[in-house]
Amino acid sequence: MTEKELRPTEKKEAARTRAEGTRGVPYFSPAVDIYETEGELVLLADMPGVDSSAVEIDLKDNVLTLQGHALQTHTEGMTPVYREYREGGYYRQFVLSEIVDQEKISAEMSHGVLKVIMPKVSKAKPRKIQVRSA
Amino acid sequence: MAVIRFQRPMNDIFAEMERLRNEIDRIFQEGFGGVFTRERTGVFPPVNVYEDKDRYVLTAELPGVKPEDVEITVTEESVTLRGQRKQEDGGEKANYHRREREYGSFRRVVSLPDRVDPNKVEATSRHGILYVTLPKAEDVKPRQIKVKSAD
Repeated sequence: MTEKELRPTEKKEAARTRAEGTRGVPYFSPAVDIYETEGELVLLADMPGVDSSAVEIDLKDNVLTLQGHALQTHTEGMTPVYREYREGGYYRQFVLSEIVDQEKISAEMSHGVLKVIMPKVSKAKPRKIQVRSA
Repeated sequence: MAVIRFQRPMNDIFAEMERLRNEIDRIFQEGFGGVFTRERTGVFPPVNVYEDKDRYVLTAELPGVKPEDVEITVTEESVTLRGQRKQEDGGEKANYHRREREYGSFRRVVSLPDRVDPNKVEATSRHGILYVTLPKAEDVKPRQIKVKSAD
């Protein structure tokens, strides 16, 4: 089972090694759900405020990089009076095991949630092993 | 705002300095311009409130919550957000590697800094952020007073 696991890169490490944005916009580590079904690995990431056109998904050397860039908001030019969250982009990396069919990865964005569907390659699908009695 | 009393005994001067220092620290922590900053309230969803001269705009981060699953109630001085963040998963056959996202219902009340007109409130949802536009009540809007010349 260990080889099927997605391993996240440490949040702080990822932020430190990453090139800074020129606009000084902060990048946050989005909360994710990752689950596995028989045929695919699915990742859901909360990226409120990000439009589908502002998402970049990159897969290089088994490292899956998710980036969502912040859009201009409706509150531009207004004075903040109360603040509980900061606006910004999202950035997170995961190390993928090789069982994912890299060519067939698909993604969609709905109400600020990114969904990445990664089909498993057929040879990694679980097989039932027959145990014969000797 | 703390009331500063006059005629403090001299031996209280250090206590007074300490109080001042704490007050300055508090101002720095809360940010300039009187913006009250709280990163975590322990209540979902986190909200920001903005203003200009005729309205407040409340924004709330609600990723994965459909507009039809949010109920907004507005009084003259508060906004209540209720709703449900529904679970999206692969069904019973799904095995989880990670589960950081929260699901469930929420109910949150936000007090507004000043009175608004509840009849003119509009709400829109965009990319998982809810925007509630609350026009200020007529009598609390800032008014410009023209100075007439008495010549």
